[in-house]
Amino acid sequence: MNTILLAWRYLWARPLAAGLNLLLMTLGLGSMTFVLLASAQLARAFERDLAGIDVVVGAKGSPMQLILAGVFHIDVPPGNIPLAEVQTLARHPQVAQLIPLSLGDSFRGFRIVGTTPAYLAHYKATLAQGTLWGAPMQVVPGAQVAAGAGLKVGDRFAGSHGLGGGGDAHGATPYTVSGVLAPCGCVLDRLVLTATESVWQVHETMHGGAPEAGPALDAEDRAALEADREVTVALIRYQTPLAAVTFPRWVNSSTPMQAAAPAVEITRLLGMVGVGTRVLQGFGAVLLLTAGLSVFIALWSAVRERRADLAMLRMLGAPPWKVGALLLCEALWLALMASVLGLLAGHGLTAVASWWLQADQSVALSGWQWIAAEAWVPLVAVGVAVLSALLPAVSAYRVDVGPLLNPR
Amino acid sequence: MIDTHDLRFRYPGGAELRFPDMALPQGGTLLLHGPSGSGKSTWLALVAGLLTSSSGTLVVAGQALGGLGGRARDAWRAGAIGLLPQKLHLSDALTVAGNLGLVYYAAGLPVDHDAITRTLAALGVGDLAARRPAQLSGGQAQRVALARAVLRAPRVILADEPTASLDDAACAAALDLLRQSAAACRATLVIATHDRRVAEALPQASRLLFSSQKDMNPASMGHCLL
Repeated sequence: MNTILLAWRYLWARPLAAGLNLLLMTLGLGSMTFVLLASAQLARAFERDLAGIDVVVGAKGSPMQLILAGVFHIDVPPGNIPLAEVQTLARHPQVAQLIPLSLGDSFRGFRIVGTTPAYLAHYKATLAQGTLWGAPMQVVPGAQVAAGAGLKVGDRFAGSHGLGGGGDAHGATPYTVSGVLAPCGCVLDRLVLTATESVWQVHETMHGGAPEAGPALDAEDRAALEADREVTVALIRYQTPLAAVTFPRWVNSSTPMQAAAPAVEITRLLGMVGVGTRVLQGFGAVLLLTAGLSVFIALWSAVRERRADLAMLRMLGAPPWKVGALLLCEALWLALMASVLGLLAGHGLTAVASWWLQADQSVALSGWQWIAAEAWVPLVAVGVAVLSALLPAVSAYRVDVGPLLNPR
Repeated sequence: MIDTHDLRFRYPGGAELRFPDMALPQGGTLLLHGPSGSGKSTWLALVAGLLTSSSGTLVVAGQALGGLGGRARDAWRAGAIGLLPQKLHLSDALTVAGNLGLVYYAAGLPVDHDAITRTLAALGVGDLAARRPAQLSGGQAQRVALARAVLRAPRVILADEPTASLDDAACAAALDLLRQSAAACRATLVIATHDRRVAEALPQASRLLFSSQKDMNPASMGHCLL
């Protein structure tokens, strides 16, 4: 028999109180874990998707919208920009690399993005099977899309007009899957990638009749269509960091397009999301405080209830520190169990949230990733336990043996 | 053995209690008589090393308690004193055997399961080891508490009102058990009681009479060795 085991016995001698305290502490620690995980993973997901993109150029409108649509693919783009303008940008001396993205169609809610192989190279994506597109109308779906829609090499499907799904199907111009991406943990996972030309072809066919239908378009019409070709956004990497000073201003003032710096917009966004994070953190703190108080009350009443038991221990020769340690140990047991359960609950909650967000095809969260900040959870638990056990333990330490001999 | 000389104790802010001198040989029996609040409990607490006398000498089981520090007193008490309190204070969080195990836990010793089994059996409650104290009858619980008191063969057994709520037959049985248990480990037996039946059952015991605290002075307190 030792203090740790004995504290365990005493704890579960009152199963209802112990269970309730455990539940309260678990809720507090669980929400703390969830907030830590979610905010860390969101920040990391943003950073990963943003990495290496210095500026995004697109149609005039809200810069935040441009970033959300062009980099994270969680908002509709403000509009399109003429291909000719983009080609001019690409030749700008301050631009090291320009990746065009054409949005507009989707497949079962996943966006079909017309781009160049540079987009894949930018995120260091690799193919799980098949090859990259070799011709227009060949597509490479991301891992999440392939898994969700059950796509494999050789499958054919028609995109639907619009980004939300449920638009008119482009039945006349089906896509063929030429390869499937390996999971990259980035935005590509939930995109269907194809050549920019595919998007143009789909829409020119829609407006001009099927290409097989013969020369429905004369050369003049075709030239007009080609002159009207557009992309949605251009992701740009600068030649030199100095470009950040002049390039966006130049785009915004002397072209019909706007340039938005992702870093600036995302700081703004995280600032807004941060309110939610702080509300959750506050909520978790209140829960923890409640749990701490409850543990305190439970231990305090345990000392009162067991005053005689504790006095008996003193009578049997136990030094005061041993009696105090017994109380402290009970609280630490609660902290330990609540830490384990709280961490599990937090991760479970994150897993549920990730499943939910995945269904929503927005941000990728993972329930079973561990982060260093989680080390705070058991530390906070022990802190709360020690704080709430302090007074009861001191009271147990100073328990009076007198009433034992004088029970009146 | 218990030897006191000019033993005094003062509660913080209270009047000083003076106790009559006592010389009880090892293995002897002592009855403490007197009304509630007359100092019986204080005397027991002093002998058990739970309180420190303000003056005088106190030697219990060969140990002078005056010069003993807190930690040493706890360790000494664990080995030398067996207490049978009036309320038995068996913990319902533990089995009967677990309650006896507390004796070793408190003393910081490994649990001697054989001794627990042996002692419970000797007191006729060997088959109750796995029960919870709440499941015991009053008499069974008292035997278990007595087993806890004598588990480590103490030099002195202190029993506080052991017969207070017992009928005559149970009272006699309880006193027999106490006497036998004390004899088995050759312990000095001290019984604080205001039960006339105890005095009648133990006519050869030493007496220490306490009177109510108000008129307490050495003259009004006496002890007689019969």
